[in-house]
Amino acid sequence: MVHIKRLQEGGADIISVIGEIDASSSIELDLAIAKSVGEGFKQILVDCSALEYISSAGLGVFMSYIEELKDKNIPMVLFGMKEKVANTFSILGLAELLHIATTKPEAKKLADELSV
Amino acid sequence: MNYQYNIGCSLSNLKGIREFVRNSLKDQHVPEIEMSAIVLALDEMCSNLMIHAHHCNPDHMLELHIHIPVQGKFIFEIVDNGSVFNINEFHEPDLDNLVHQKRKGGLGIRLVKAIMDNVEYLKRDEKNVCRLTKIIK
Repeated sequence: MVHIKRLQEGGADIISVIGEIDASSSIELDLAIAKSVGEGFKQILVDCSALEYISSAGLGVFMSYIEELKDKNIPMVLFGMKEKVANTFSILGLAELLHIATTKPEAKKLADELSV
Repeated sequence: MNYQYNIGCSLSNLKGIREFVRNSLKDQHVPEIEMSAIVLALDEMCSNLMIHAHHCNPDHMLELHIHIPVQGKFIFEIVDNGSVFNINEFHEPDLDNLVHQKRKGGLGIRLVKAIMDNVEYLKRDEKNVCRLTKIIK
């Protein structure tokens, strides 16, 4: 079960992912990112601080947006990941394909740098 | 120590599978990072079977068995009657291809193989058994 909240801050869309993302709930994450892109946000920050679990279905959602966001020059930065969640990303080597920061200010800074 | 859990092939049951695995191992002194990885691997295997072998039909059942013969060795078996979904026969797509093709699938198999020490398939009483082994020192 996952809850997704979106709020806007300094031109960035901040997507907070709360709970667990598995094959039954990954569609929620997909829809949230699609909305964010569709609404024309120039930066997407994904707050993972309340994300307790992610399976490959959720990882696949992030992966599937890499090319589109690159083409549209929209940086997406994930931040605040718990160690057990970060471990799932690192098992697959996704930490090198996605932009990941520790805190929200760091995520915003990285997004600003990537926007240039 | 043996544990068993029977569950219908609905993706909404994955959470129950994760809780079962976690509860079964809670007294085994498994470090949290390893525990999370094991839970993830079982979720991946069960969701793959539910989707590809059972088309998410909740009337189709999976049996999940956990067997701990000696301390530090964990055997997980998923028993079903569906078509065999042998991940050892699947070519793992490389990450660059997945990104390029904007594919959302293909990562689960890679996770399971990275987490588990062995994945094998056998037949028992006319049923398919997928056996995953994990050693924790």
